[in-house]
Amino acid sequence: MSLTCWATDSIHGVEENEGHSWVSEMLQLPLVVTAQVDLLLVLVSLLAFWTRLSHLSYPNAVVFDEVYYGQFVSLYMKRVFFIDDSGPPLGHMILAFGAYLGGFDGNFVWNRIGAEYPTTVNVWSLRLLPALCGALCVPLVYLLTLELKFSHLSALGAAVLLLLENSLIVQSRFMLLESVLIFFVLLAFFSYLRFHNAPSSYSLLSSWSRYIWLILSGVSCGAVVGVKYMGLFSYLLLLVVASLHTWKLIGDKTISHRNVCVQCVHRVLCLVVVPVLLYVFWFYVHLSFLNRSGPHDQLMSSAFQASLQGGLSRITRGQPLEVAYGSQVTLRSSVSQPIPCWLHSHKVNYPIRYDNGRGSSHQQQVTCYPFKDVNNWWIIKDPGRQQLVVDTPPRPVRHGDVIQLVHGMTSRFLNSHDVAAPMSPHTQEVSGYIDFNVSMPAQNLWRVDISNREAESEVWKTILSEVRLVHVNTSAVLKLSGVPLPDWGFRQLEVVADKLFKAHSSSLEWTVEEHRYGTSQEQKEREAELHSPTHIDVDRKISFWAKFVELQWKMLTVKQEESEHKYSSSPLEWITMETNIAYWLHSSTNAQIHLIGNPVSWGVGNLSLLAYQLLAVVYLLRRRRGLKDVPDGVWDQFVCLGCVCVGGWLVNFVPFLLMDKTLFLYHYLPALCYLYLLSPALLEHAHTHLLSSLTHQRALCVGALAVLLSIFLTYRTFCPLTYGSPELSAHQLQGLKWRDTWDILYRRR
Amino acid sequence: MLVAGLSFSTRLYKLTEPPHVCWDETHFGKMGSYYINRTFFFDVHPPLGKMLIGLAGYMSGYNGTFPFIKPGDKYENQNYWGMRGFCAVLGSFLPIFAYLIVLELSNSCTAAIIAATLLIFDTGCITISQYILLDPILMFFIMAAVLSMVKFNQQRYRSFTASWWFWLVLTGINLAGALGVKFVGLFVIVLVGLNTIGDLWRLLGDMSLSLVDIAKHFLARAFALILLPLILYVTIFAVHFVVLNKSGPGDGFFSSAFQSRLIGNNLHNASMPEYLAFGSTVTIKNLRIAGGYLHSHWHLYPEGVGARQQQVTAYLHKDYNNLWVVHRQQDNNSQSGNPDLVRHGDIVRLEHKETTRNLHSHLHEAPLTKKHFQVTGYGINGTGDANDLWQMEVCGGRKGDPVKVLRSKVRFLHRATGCVLYSSGKTLPKWGWEQIEVTCSPYLKETPSSQWNIEDHINPKLPNISLSVLKPNFLEILLESHIVMFRGNSGLKPKDNEMNSKPWHWPINYQGLRFSGVNATEYRVYLLGNPVVWWINLASLGLYFTMVAVASIATQRGFSLGQQRIEHSLVLVRGGGLLMLGWLLHYAPFFTMGRILYFHHYFPAMLFSSMLTGLTLDILFRSADLLLHPPYSYWFQRTGQLLLLFSILYSFYLFHPLSYGMTGPLAHEPGSAMAGLKWMDSWEF
Repeated sequence: MSLTCWATDSIHGVEENEGHSWVSEMLQLPLVVTAQVDLLLVLVSLLAFWTRLSHLSYPNAVVFDEVYYGQFVSLYMKRVFFIDDSGPPLGHMILAFGAYLGGFDGNFVWNRIGAEYPTTVNVWSLRLLPALCGALCVPLVYLLTLELKFSHLSALGAAVLLLLENSLIVQSRFMLLESVLIFFVLLAFFSYLRFHNAPSSYSLLSSWSRYIWLILSGVSCGAVVGVKYMGLFSYLLLLVVASLHTWKLIGDKTISHRNVCVQCVHRVLCLVVVPVLLYVFWFYVHLSFLNRSGPHDQLMSSAFQASLQGGLSRITRGQPLEVAYGSQVTLRSSVSQPIPCWLHSHKVNYPIRYDNGRGSSHQQQVTCYPFKDVNNWWIIKDPGRQQLVVDTPPRPVRHGDVIQLVHGMTSRFLNSHDVAAPMSPHTQEVSGYIDFNVSMPAQNLWRVDISNREAESEVWKTILSEVRLVHVNTSAVLKLSGVPLPDWGFRQLEVVADKLFKAHSSSLEWTVEEHRYGTSQEQKEREAELHSPTHIDVDRKISFWAKFVELQWKMLTVKQEESEHKYSSSPLEWITMETNIAYWLHSSTNAQIHLIGNPVSWGVGNLSLLAYQLLAVVYLLRRRRGLKDVPDGVWDQFVCLGCVCVGGWLVNFVPFLLMDKTLFLYHYLPALCYLYLLSPALLEHAHTHLLSSLTHQRALCVGALAVLLSIFLTYRTFCPLTYGSPELSAHQLQGLKWRDTWDILYRRR
Repeated sequence: MLVAGLSFSTRLYKLTEPPHVCWDETHFGKMGSYYINRTFFFDVHPPLGKMLIGLAGYMSGYNGTFPFIKPGDKYENQNYWGMRGFCAVLGSFLPIFAYLIVLELSNSCTAAIIAATLLIFDTGCITISQYILLDPILMFFIMAAVLSMVKFNQQRYRSFTASWWFWLVLTGINLAGALGVKFVGLFVIVLVGLNTIGDLWRLLGDMSLSLVDIAKHFLARAFALILLPLILYVTIFAVHFVVLNKSGPGDGFFSSAFQSRLIGNNLHNASMPEYLAFGSTVTIKNLRIAGGYLHSHWHLYPEGVGARQQQVTAYLHKDYNNLWVVHRQQDNNSQSGNPDLVRHGDIVRLEHKETTRNLHSHLHEAPLTKKHFQVTGYGINGTGDANDLWQMEVCGGRKGDPVKVLRSKVRFLHRATGCVLYSSGKTLPKWGWEQIEVTCSPYLKETPSSQWNIEDHINPKLPNISLSVLKPNFLEILLESHIVMFRGNSGLKPKDNEMNSKPWHWPINYQGLRFSGVNATEYRVYLLGNPVVWWINLASLGLYFTMVAVASIATQRGFSLGQQRIEHSLVLVRGGGLLMLGWLLHYAPFFTMGRILYFHHYFPAMLFSSMLTGLTLDILFRSADLLLHPPYSYWFQRTGQLLLLFSILYSFYLFHPLSYGMTGPLAHEPGSAMAGLKWMDSWEF
């Protein structure tokens, strides 16, 4: 392969030096080249498939983050709802699709790295799609270089760099998402440039094929953002490049106003509207597919949970919609962080004095309790009447009505007064009222304030209405402070009444979750009634948009616990590859898989990044002084290369510096791909435009070949750590530890 | 003149009310007093602002004795008006500067008047100027820098004349001032820097200039805008360190060497046994900058964080819990006579004096740095196990070298696991009292994080010798104090329960800050922008973008525009662009900041936004002839201006109690003076 390159290259050089009869050469060249291109492209693709797909099902064990993505794949197979804050659902869906093709039934417990897959799990199909995407990146890089208007040799160089990058191979060969992300990013840029470079013509057919590329670009942008949030930055870069091109188009005075408008609208449609719609569409598929209740239900609102099969809807199906006087309800706090809880009371009083010496009212405790319990039931009572049953027909409670709340099991009234709350002394205590005859009158009237009402006299609805309970005497609002009580309060959460005027705080909102119309007059009957399960009726639906907005908001705001991982690293360490990640270690031997990049390619990438920036500064300053080192066409090509490659590196790297989360080396891989795209193109630029003498050009070619050779050799050297076989001895492993900071595992025997 | 008069009168009106400490006056007033008393303290901001406050207080006869303990304390007979007056005077310059800047950028008096009016009658700007705060000083320097930069830009055709130099140097001085007050000053430096780069780029493209000329231009700017501010900035710190030469509350944040400079610190002309001996009581300080003392206390690690043993942390303040006793492996300290010295390579056991637990480590993950091992306090009355043994190593020492107090860098190697005692610099969560994590690191590289020195050393059996520690030179002090400041700044994390202000709240005037008073009976001052002004600003931002888009598309498509129109779009793009950049630079970075944010951080950006409003609205009114024919368009222009003026004045009349103080019932109750003005639920007055 390398021999062929050398041959073409020298021919190319000779041609340029001769410099005459360019036109006729150009006429002949494509014929010769096309044949070669296809071969090279095919060859490169085949090699890519071979490196990425061979022995895909080895090791037959859970490798690194497969343990994380695997659980979601299983949940997809079982159609159980889940939330994952690490990214939008498309990535998980692609992995799940692979599993589906292989007939995976979701019955596997993803609990630890290194666990063996049973024979029923088709490991090959689980890993197939990421590996395919990883392999397709190689020909895509080849084509993308061509679209950047560099030669086939550069294209080949970029493809080889990508082909022999150990870290990309490792990341592609397992059930992980980076290779999918990189694939779509490259596809988006390739198809956009294809569109941009195609001559705009008025013939219907060719303009159609041109716009198909634009649409493809939009679709891949939608996919990029759908796989990982990081993709958003690549998408924005593409938009910037596209708007620069459009700006030029607007300045082109040879085109009619109408035509310009039409073209702009096309671009906006394909590059903005299509991705946004697609992004929503991924969620639509996600939500319509996952319709069973599961482990993350409790993070969502009651209305959302009610729309899932099983779970809450099984309990709440058939509840009356409108809350009426005499209704028996459980009140759930709208705060679901860290766990949901329900307004609760029990037959224990606040201690007379707290540990810090402050006094309390010594009345019955009111708390928020994170488990279903019969003590969570409250009865809504009309202050003007004595009875606790629902009339026929029921009299619904409306926004603005004043009610009393009676605790179902102890018949105490929900009360608040000017006594400091146990844990948050700046707020009022909430209690179940006990009359100790100490001139502390009952203040048990609450006004119903429906905050998501649409009309002024709206009826209080089960699950749907978010209600604030405003204390009539003090105009304080019932609030979950969220502070756990000490042992005397059984570590349940504190509930207070707070004089808050702030507009939005979900700790003030409560929803009725379980609900039934009370029928029993006597206390004993009522207790029995409260213990019995609620009755059955029809189920309720909330719209897709409401679910989408809620899910998206939860995904962006759910905070996982920050913890440092053994293999986590900081972004600045990635540039020099200070750390590696051990992905897998054989349970008995020294065979192991590591995420380690190819150090030589890594260096080449960094070097070219630096060289490009230096060169760009020199060019810019000299052009400003009127010295044009390169013709305008070449300059445009050089700028375009910088926009895509250096820009791509920046947008995929700089945001990580500002991020406050656990980061790993594999987050750097998309940025790395841009560098590999840059290196050969820059080399070609130097070869054609910077070096004038033939000997220098030759020397450069030889140097490039030598680098390629050493890249290949390092690739071979690190292969055992990439593919996990053959097993190396401890001594050999020691030899592979090129940096002190790398963590390679040795098994003691 | 009118602008100046109005500006001063609105700012100085009711200056001395309320006669008690308001909000952050408790910090900055206190720090002003520290300067007067020459006591060393630590603050996250550079010193210029507080120095000026101290100076103003000193000049007006304040004697520095008021303690400024908490907001609400009565001033009684103290002369606090000088400090407040100083801030208010600086704050009064803001509208004047805004007027001049906009005038310079747009050549339109109307635009300048609109901008100045917006600022004069903004309740937020008035409130923030009236108290002892850093913000009026900071904003004064920011605006002065922008003004001199704009003036300098106007001198571009008169290079190297006296006025050219004057404005250039003035820009540099103001930059130093802005940075010297708060690090937010960096943003205006970036603004000036970008402007200068653009300017140089223009010069570079000017073919009539030779390269030598360009080099001259470059050097002149480099001198005035980089070198000069740097020198001034360093001078400020030099003054800071010279003035504050007494020990005070900020000592523990700094290294032992630093502390030895301060009169009254126990390291100043210290006298203690020179070599570490067994049986001594010591404090051990980490060598990392702002590293803290090795510390332990009667609290256990919570469940799930390694073993449930006693916490060991690093703590920045001086405390009796920082004391440790050095023991031999086997406890035989009761020998009489001279105690043995600890030497390089000796095995020691460190016993915490207060709790009698031994410094201990084992193969459990550390709480935050998972790659390291946990360090705990273990055992009772000095009896523990083999995991309590540490080998003491003097960096660069040989076997048998004694350990010098203060001057030796030592490391503690854990005998059983071979790891080294390490301070990661990460702040522990609430269970660890937000102190700094201490771990045992398996990586044996010598870094300051794993090196410690013995600071206090008490051993009655040894003679005390006067130690003159190597005094650090000025650059070292400067560097150290900066690192400590940055650490302090990033350490200001929002607490879980506190209401936290988000950057997107600010431009919409979502929520203000209580300066003083909560209840109905108290004298209340509430920092909140005049909503009409702020919402006009917000709308103008959108308007600006639309106008620029329309103008630039028209130019790009090559529509023929009249001469006047072209001038307008130039003003929009150039002048407006500069102000827009200023607004972005002073606003956008807050989105990426992890530290706790307050509403008043928006005020510098708000100044830029108001100036942009003046410029945008003026051009909008003038462009009325696009739609209307001449007499009508003129009327439209006048009506628009009058309407704007009237609405600003009327809203100021409505909201002025916010800044001049209000008493009586709260606004949501009907009897209040502010009844009906609570337009947003989130306002708390």
